[in-house]
Formats: sequence, structure tokens, C-alpha cells
Amino acid sequence: MQFNSKRNKLTAAILLWAATSSVSANIEVEISYLQQEIDNGPVLSNILPEPEDAGLKGAELAIQDSNTTGRFLKHNYQLNSFLSGSQEQLLEKAQEQYTQGVRFFVVNTSEQTLQLIIKSLAKDALFFNAGSRTDQLRTETCLPNLLHTIPSRSMLNDGLAQWLKTKRLQKVLMITGSEPNDKAYSAAFKRAAKRFGLKIVAEKQWSFDTDLRRTAQKEMPLFTQQRDYDVVFVADERGDFGEYVLYNTWLPRPVVGTQGLSPVTWHRVVEQHGAAQLQSRFEKLSERWMNSKDYASWAAIRSVAEAVTRTNENDATTVTNYIRSEAFELAGFKGRKLSYREWNGQLRQPIPLIHPRSLVSQSPQEGFLHPTNELDTLGFDQKEINCSNINK
Amino acid sequence: MKIKNLLIPIAAGILLAAPALHAETAYVSNEKDDTVSIIDLNTMKVTDTLNVGERPRGILFSKDYTKLYICASDSDTVQVMDLKTKQIIKELPSGEDPEQFALHPNDRHLYISNEDDALVTIVDTETSEVLAQIDVGVEPEGMAVSPDGKIAVNTSETTNMVHWIDTTTYQLIDNTLVDQRPRHVEFSKDSKILWASSEIGGTVSVINVNDRKIFKKISFKIKGVHPDKIQPVGVKLSDDGRYAFVALGPSNHIAVVNANTYEVEDYILVGRRVWHMDFNEDQSLLLSTNGISGDVSVIDISKMKAIKSIKVGRYPWGVIVKP
Repeated sequence: MQFNSKRNKLTAAILLWAATSSVSANIEVEISYLQQEIDNGPVLSNILPEPEDAGLKGAELAIQDSNTTGRFLKHNYQLNSFLSGSQEQLLEKAQEQYTQGVRFFVVNTSEQTLQLIIKSLAKDALFFNAGSRTDQLRTETCLPNLLHTIPSRSMLNDGLAQWLKTKRLQKVLMITGSEPNDKAYSAAFKRAAKRFGLKIVAEKQWSFDTDLRRTAQKEMPLFTQQRDYDVVFVADERGDFGEYVLYNTWLPRPVVGTQGLSPVTWHRVVEQHGAAQLQSRFEKLSERWMNSKDYASWAAIRSVAEAVTRTNENDATTVTNYIRSEAFELAGFKGRKLSYREWNGQLRQPIPLIHPRSLVSQSPQEGFLHPTNELDTLGFDQKEINCSNINK
Repeated sequence: MKIKNLLIPIAAGILLAAPALHAETAYVSNEKDDTVSIIDLNTMKVTDTLNVGERPRGILFSKDYTKLYICASDSDTVQVMDLKTKQIIKELPSGEDPEQFALHPNDRHLYISNEDDALVTIVDTETSEVLAQIDVGVEPEGMAVSPDGKIAVNTSETTNMVHWIDTTTYQLIDNTLVDQRPRHVEFSKDSKILWASSEIGGTVSVINVNDRKIFKKISFKIKGVHPDKIQPVGVKLSDDGRYAFVALGPSNHIAVVNANTYEVEDYILVGRRVWHMDFNEDQSLLLSTNGISGDVSVIDISKMKAIKSIKVGRYPWGVIVKP
């Protein structure tokens, strides 16, 4: 039955092609997906590990979505995906793909690997950063052929800080992990606190190395002993100790940041604005929940497909120009149309604030105004960046 | 003074007599309550709440108003309710996740969009037989059959197309690319013009049915509302050919569009996140479902103003009026 219906479809497709091939040719779009498997080292809260194909499945779903659309236009999308722990191997693959004619790259790697890949290829390739949240990529080394679908740490923390301000949770106790990423996350929060007028009452560095699953109840209250605070902020990106801060603080206060109430790109609890459909398509494909990395890869490929659909072209320059133009809009299941900031190629997007079982809010919060687009109250605005090598 | 006093009882008498003449009722599907609310349009009150399948969204009546069809999306079925007994008498094989549907003028063939499966399913409501399944774009949503019965159209929210289906051959005959996230389609009475709303694009495309090309794109502007929050969903055309009403989602307004010049004439403030609408029989009233405020707004067409809001279940989705 399955086989038959497939064959029928194929026959129909061939007939259709034969009938109309003189009018317009098929358009083939090849996209490379490169994912670096990063070992975060052993963590204390290792009960619920991140899926290893986070990002890849989002890319696969986007290809599937795009091909469903493409079959009406005779556009076909193909994904070439590579997962590796080795920077060298990914670099080699990228070069090999470029030589074979691929010009669209979705890169879910560390910032360093991403930079190396971009440098190693000619400038006519278009890159999507779907892995690195580094602010520096959006403020200093902006590249005209680099777009970011994953929000920066600043976007996430601005979204969080707006909510804290709205809830009048003004006095913050900060706890930062020892990893460089944790420090970067904290730095983004401090910037947000300053922008939106929150007060940091104390900053603490987490450097304990006991097994907190056994002793959190004992250690954490003492560690968070402080005269007064409204909320505890945690920066622990790899999930080492952060889960054990909740319900163990000296004062009974909410926990926000990388654990507790978290600003994210995407999460299973996001279901408004048609997101329920995206979630169920994803679950059917992957048998797991869609996460932030999946969403970033999905949005990257959907952006390429949207540009190809509207322009009927597959060359990287046309696609890049269209994506960066005012005409571009992406329906991303976040309740507003999404587009890219011309000053640093960042995808504008609302930031869901979630706890593991529900959506609490979505930023920008009401009342945080911006002269052109409220979404630009999240992350670095045009005047706040230092990019010299961007054309526009 | 005396005359005035005399007039009041007479007026009251007329008002009291009215319900006996017109017992119009509105049916509202409540997406998050798995119920259908029934509103008496004379008293403007909910008189009954019926339990139906999971996540009810699209609803419509059979031509003679004896049956109610309900898309029970999460139950993967279209339920048929006998309106006399208010019992579900049949479940139709709708395909997975039916969201919206349209009844062919022959009163038998139901065209159903299967949101999760990128399909349109055509079901014979008498024999419960699936007549055809047609591949369409990602997340099929809006469905309409032209009043002359020749063409069915479906919109796909992620593919951003209007798909045209020949109702005699069940073949896809054409696709029209529209703006982001097309939601609802509505034919003009003469079957010559199709209106298609794009929720994220923020526009309504007016399409010539003959060549299937867009000849007018309507956009909206409401003072004090960010353009991104103006998200057209439901479209309703008045029978006199004067107006198209467009529900604008989270902007909490309904646009009044001149159906001849395609100019927006007015915006009516209603409840929060307005999606679908229907008229009463003489088209003096328009009802809208407001998902977030969980109510139905009643608009007086002569004043172009909401005169009443009626609390229903959680996340009201569709509304239809039985004369």
C-alpha cells in the first residue's frame, strides 16, 4: 500500500515534470549541516542528559517541511549532515562540500570552529550560526555572509531581565559557575541588569566540588546566605550544580537563569501560535522533544527555503540578499514574523521564559519600547555594536 | 409624560414577543475545554454546554441545520451531532488531526484539512466513505468550497500556499503563493473571488478565481498597535456584497473592509485574540470568538460596534449561527 502510493506519486511527479519542464527547470538546493560533538566534561546533575542529535533533527524536519512545499514548485532540498567531535574533520568536510558546489552551511559548533570554517571558505558561501551564543560574534566580528538563528546570551538575558523588572524582582543574588561559558552568561546578565535597572546585591562564584545530589540541602543555604535578595540568578550552562540551587536557598526566593525560570530559544512547553503543530511534527520525526538547538537549525534551513520559494533562485548571493532584505519574513511559530537584523545578521525573535513544565512568559515584555521594532530591545542594538566589516 | 408611560409597556410587549419569532442560537467550539457552548441570541446567554471530542476547532451545520459537524482534532475524527437530541450519532473517518473543513453545496461531501499530515481528506457524510486524500502543503488549515461547487481550496500554513482542488476529479489543479501563514479562505457568493488571510504576513490576498492570481493585497494599520500584532485570521463576507470583515487576532480588532474598493473603512474593538466569526440570519449581528479572553463578542452591524461580550469556555475557536 505504502509502496504503491509512493510509486503513484512518483509517476505523477514525472508526468507533471514532463508536461511542464519546458516552462521552468527543477531547482535543487543542497545544504550542509555541520555539528560538533562537544564534551562538556562530567557534571553533577547528569540525570537527564541532552540528546546527542540536538540540532540535527531540527535540520531534518526543516528539510522535510521545505520539500513538502517544494514539490509544488519543483524545488528540491537535500541535507548533507556531518557530526564529529573533531574540529579538523568538520573543517575538511566543509571544504569538501564547498568544492562539490554546496553554498549553504548550517553550523552547530563552538564559536572557534565556526570562525575557522568561515575563514577557510570563499565569501560566496552563506553560513548560519545555529550553535554559538557568543556575543562577540554579533558585536565585533560580524560578517556579511554569517547569520545567527540562535539567540545570543545577551538576547536571552535581556528577555529574562525585562521579566524580572516587570515582576519587580529587582535585587539579584548572582551565582556563576567556573566555566568560561558561565562567565559569559553572567556578563550578559550584568549588561541586561544595567540596561533595565536591576540591582545586583552580591556575586558568588561556584567552585565547590562535592556531590551536590547528596549534600545540596546542607551546602546551598550557607552558600546563598545574604541579608536580602528578591531572586537568585544562576549561570551554569552545562548543568553542573544549578539544578540544586532551587528550593535550597537561604531565603525562599525564585531561581532564574540557566536553571529555574530560563530564557530559551525553544522548548516543548511552547505551544501557542501554531507551535503545537511544529512540536507534533518534530516528535513524530524524532521521538523526543524539540529543543533550542533544533529550533535554530530548523529556522536556518527554513530561511533558505523561504528565500528560494520567493525568488525562485538557488544561488547563494540571491538568497543572501533576499534574506537580508526588508521583504524577508519567516513564520517561526513565535507569534510574530521573524527577520534578520541588518547590522549583525541576528534573527530577531521573541524569547520564551520557561520552567520545565510550562511557559511562564515571553519577552519582549509589554512596555519595553523601541523606536522601530520591540524585538530589538533584546540583544545588541545597532548603536551598541562595533562591527566594521559588515557592508550594510 | 403620560404618553411616555404608555409607550413603555407596549415596547416591552414587543420585545417579549420577539423570542418566540426568532430563536436564533450560536454554537461555539471551545478548543481547550473539549466542549461546544450554545448561546441564545435573544437573551445573549449560554444556555447549554455540550461535551464533544478532544480539541474541537472547525464546526459547521448540515444544510437543513439538523446536524452539527465538529472537527475533534485530537480525537482524529469529525463528529456528527444530532441537534435535536444533542447526541453524537456518528464519527467520520477524517484522517489525522482535522482542523477546518467545508461542506460541498451538495450537502454530502466534506472537505477536511488534516493539519499534521499535509493532506486534505474528502469524506462522504452519508456513507462515511473516504472519497480521496490529496497531498497539500505543510499544515493545511483553511478550507472552502466555491458556492458553485466546482472548486475546493485549502491553505497550508507553513508552505504559504492556496491549493486549488477540482471537485470532480479530486486533483490538485494549481497553487498560489501567498504571504506567511495563510489561515482562512472565503469565496464571494458568485464564486469569482477568493479572499485568503495571512496571519503572520499581516495581509489579506484577494484572488481572481479564474486565473488564480492575486489582484489585490489588503494590509491593516491600527493606531497604537504594533504591526506585528495585526494578524488576520477569520474572514466573513456580508451577503449584500458590501463588507468583508477580517478578524485581526492579537490586535483585538476586526477590520471592516469595503468589499468593492478593498479599502479598510473601520476597526471594531472586540475581545482578546479574535479568530473566527459568523453572522446571524438577517446579518444585523456579527459574532466573534476571542480565544484569550474566552468570550464571544456580539457586534451590531448598523453601529459597527461590539454591544455585548458573552463568556464561553476556554479558547473559543469557531462560531456558527443557526437561524
